[in-house]
Amino acid sequence: MASKRANEELPVIARFEVRRRNYLAPDGSIDRPLPAFATDPKLLVELYRSMVLLRLFDRKAVALQRTGRLGTYAVSLGQEAVSVGIASAMREDDVLLPSYRDNGALLWRGVKLEEILLFWGGDERGNQFSGPVHDFPFCVPVGSQAPHAAGVAYALKLRKEPHVAVCMFGDGATSKGDVYEAMNFAGVHKLPLVFVATNNQWAISVPLRLQTGSETLAQKAIAAGFSGEQVDGSDVVAMRAAAEEAIAAARDGKGPHFIEAVTYRLGDHTTSDDALRYRSAEEVQAHWKEEPIARLRSYLVGQKMWTKADEEQLAAECHERIEAAVERYLTTPPRRAETMFDNLYADLPEAYAAQRRELAGEHDA
Amino acid sequence: MPEVTLVEAINLALGRAMADDPDVVVLGQDVGVNGGVFRATVGLQERFGPERVLDTPLAELLISGLCVGMAAQGLKPVGEIQFMGFIYPCLDQLVNHASRMRNRTQGRLTCPMVLRTPHGAGIRAPEHHSESTEAMLAHIPGLRVVMPSSPERAYGLLLAAIRDPDPVVFLEPTRLYRAAKGEVEDNGEALPLDIAFVLREGRDVTLISWGAMLKETMAAADKLADEGIAAEVIDLATLKPYDESTVLGSVAKTGRCVIVHEAAHTGGFGAEIAALIAEHGLSSLLAPVIRVTGYDTIIPMARLEQRYMPSVGRIVTAARKACQYN
Repeated sequence: MASKRANEELPVIARFEVRRRNYLAPDGSIDRPLPAFATDPKLLVELYRSMVLLRLFDRKAVALQRTGRLGTYAVSLGQEAVSVGIASAMREDDVLLPSYRDNGALLWRGVKLEEILLFWGGDERGNQFSGPVHDFPFCVPVGSQAPHAAGVAYALKLRKEPHVAVCMFGDGATSKGDVYEAMNFAGVHKLPLVFVATNNQWAISVPLRLQTGSETLAQKAIAAGFSGEQVDGSDVVAMRAAAEEAIAAARDGKGPHFIEAVTYRLGDHTTSDDALRYRSAEEVQAHWKEEPIARLRSYLVGQKMWTKADEEQLAAECHERIEAAVERYLTTPPRRAETMFDNLYADLPEAYAAQRRELAGEHDA
Repeated sequence: MPEVTLVEAINLALGRAMADDPDVVVLGQDVGVNGGVFRATVGLQERFGPERVLDTPLAELLISGLCVGMAAQGLKPVGEIQFMGFIYPCLDQLVNHASRMRNRTQGRLTCPMVLRTPHGAGIRAPEHHSESTEAMLAHIPGLRVVMPSSPERAYGLLLAAIRDPDPVVFLEPTRLYRAAKGEVEDNGEALPLDIAFVLREGRDVTLISWGAMLKETMAAADKLADEGIAAEVIDLATLKPYDESTVLGSVAKTGRCVIVHEAAHTGGFGAEIAALIAEHGLSSLLAPVIRVTGYDTIIPMARLEQRYMPSVGRIVTAARKACQYN
């Protein structure tokens, strides 16, 4: 007891706090006054349409995988608001460094549906995409794009370009040194870099409580010397607002920010996973009450910004767009085998020329 | 021409590359004010400022990952890892990202980066400071692995590595940093990558090596000459991709080959060269290919490191054996 009292007499040298942001409640009602952009019905409807397209596209992709026409695929079911909300706040010149569950961001930034299918269908040309030419492809090894994001942001700052890097990863990635090393460096140099951790509660079968002893993921930013916040990741208005503020501040030279988007992965980790092995159907069912699409729809319908006819028309448009993309994907012939050498180096070294010729069916004398 | 040490040649090349191209950035631990633990970057921060000569936090993975991000943005980062024993956290970045960025984006993004690190033993350094694991790196498609063996080649090859549009791991022979001296004109002229250098011509036996071991290999060639054996000495210089035709051409001429490297025997890069000769040069062989290498054990600390590394005597014995084989 004596030592406890003595400790209480020691001065507090630092205090930290983490705030949580949300606007739309799960039933679509308003928890607090909406940010300025949300007065624009066109933008809200655009966010809604993008999330619906992503969900329907995911459904089609899984069907393709189940029928042997696509490789392993990762759906965004339940967390569509994160990638769509973040990307909607970015400018084209900003640089996206996505993980493999951020298709919503890629689509918003101009990547074509068939390009995403090409990638997951096992064709590198899917990464030679129609999105901004400087955007990174999906990072498959978890979290290892975070140091790239720091390098990108450093380059932007060095050249005094008014652009921002946005690095997206999941809760599992926050356990990796890669992410912490990048955050630490971003803090040192006050880089124009926004980290977005999609906390969907599960890293394949490992729940968040086994991932970290931290109360929030957002507080990890504090150790790196910048701010972090928790955001309702199933509220696209909150995601967009958090991203808008963070990106504007970073562009303004105020340094990095960390957004923890708290959401839930309603689907399996990928088409190769069966989530019922490690979590109950009841748990998943409960989270369906929070999902982002129904939430925004309730709000839009309540505000008379969206009707049943709009919904039907959107479904038909999405269907048409997706089917056309699937057709283009399925009719894209594979690359010629020897092209596996064509982007290995800028110029293929002489040492590998014979191997390329062998693949091309040309035989050396 | 001024005579400089190998580490001074590295410094000259870095300074020249930075002066020529504002996109060149140097980063690593202690590379700024301190000028690097071996002084390879000395004076650069004063000349080019702390934004382009950047002291990073103590995190090797970060250094390599920063290089990937900077390179994708069009910078030409030159990262320094203080010793090869500390390069392993970078392997994920080298294998999964640097070497395949061009391929996985089909040329949309590229990775013109250089990762420099001292290579090899022989300076009585602490544990983990004497590694030579170049074969591990030379196995990675999409990467270049380059190792100079003289100040002249350090200067010219480093300039080439920095200008190269693809990722290069540049391994610098620690033992020669100050021991090797030579004339280097700071004229900005690069030497070609992917090309082996014939350091000495001879008709009786081909000696192939790279990096610091060329010192012993050249000394062995002198001794062999005293015995009337004319050794041809090849500095491989670029291990990935390597100059197969110079190797095969030399073996076609001599019919006998000894490969010398400091790294452990099994799975070392010598095995690759021996396999190349077996596949494509068998008919010209007059004797089995012999490897003179480090042993298949952990590189010992200072007291025994000299016993681990190939000696002039071991190389001479092997070459003699190759020449006596009938």
